Amino acid sequence: MADPSTFTDDTAPYVDALYGAARRMTRNTADAEDLMQETFLRAFRAYDRFEQGTNLKAWLYRILTNTYINSYRAKQRRPQESDLADVEDLYLYRRLGGVETSQIGRSAEDQLMDLLTEGEVKEAIESLPENFRMPVLLADVEGFSYKEIAEILDVPIGTVMSRLHRGRKALQKSLWNFASARRLVPDGTASGAAGGDLAPTAREAR
Amino acid sequence: MMSENCDGALSELYAYLDGELTEDDRVAVEGHLRNCSPCLEAFDFEAEIRKVIANRCQDRCPDELRARIAAAIAECAKPEN
Repeated sequence: MADPSTFTDDTAPYVDALYGAARRMTRNTADAEDLMQETFLRAFRAYDRFEQGTNLKAWLYRILTNTYINSYRAKQRRPQESDLADVEDLYLYRRLGGVETSQIGRSAEDQLMDLLTEGEVKEAIESLPENFRMPVLLADVEGFSYKEIAEILDVPIGTVMSRLHRGRKALQKSLWNFASARRLVPDGTASGAAGGDLAPTAREAR
Repeated sequence: MMSENCDGALSELYAYLDGELTEDDRVAVEGHLRNCSPCLEAFDFEAEIRKVIANRCQDRCPDELRARIAAAIAECAKPEN
């Protein structure tokens, strides 16, 4: 069996990130805490078999993901695989790019970025169906490569890419909905006013 | 004006931002971006959103949970287990 203090020292740099992922996966604190404990116990028991020098962070995420799938997902009633409505490419950009909203001339995009709260961004991620949420989380929050994500989630790399693509678009739509609800962005999409769907530049002239 | 080059660049936007393009493709995309400000703007925008998402999604594991995990590991490591 591995030495507990060696294991704790080696894994310490990843605890916060794993906790964040556990929160996004389970969408509640109590389950996230149980998931973390179970993940670390499993990792500790298996640590003798971890190949030193290989990617410890990815190894821990894989255990986290498997533990979640085996222990927690079964409790949830939502279907395991769900689909997403198709969202256009560059969803937010087409609504915000180049739009100036305030007297000081700050662009809508700068404003939106500043004003979206931590809670809203987290909720937007958590609102994604699981099969899209995981790739987005692993890529955009954790910075894993496509290959690492494919290994962590045990799906082909092409599947990672397509889910990532669609998941990101859906995430943008969800962020837009938060921004619209709080009136952080100009109310231009419905009216088709200048800047509503895209600033009237060459961008959409195709 | 939008061109076929723009379509090509935009289709590789995510792979580019993810650092997943081959060297040749990366150089081609960057060449296009140098000459096409609408595409450059779109790429910058997407890169910025990614940063915001990552920055807003940082969590800190509570100290109590760290302690609970350490205790569970110590228990597991006892010789009788």
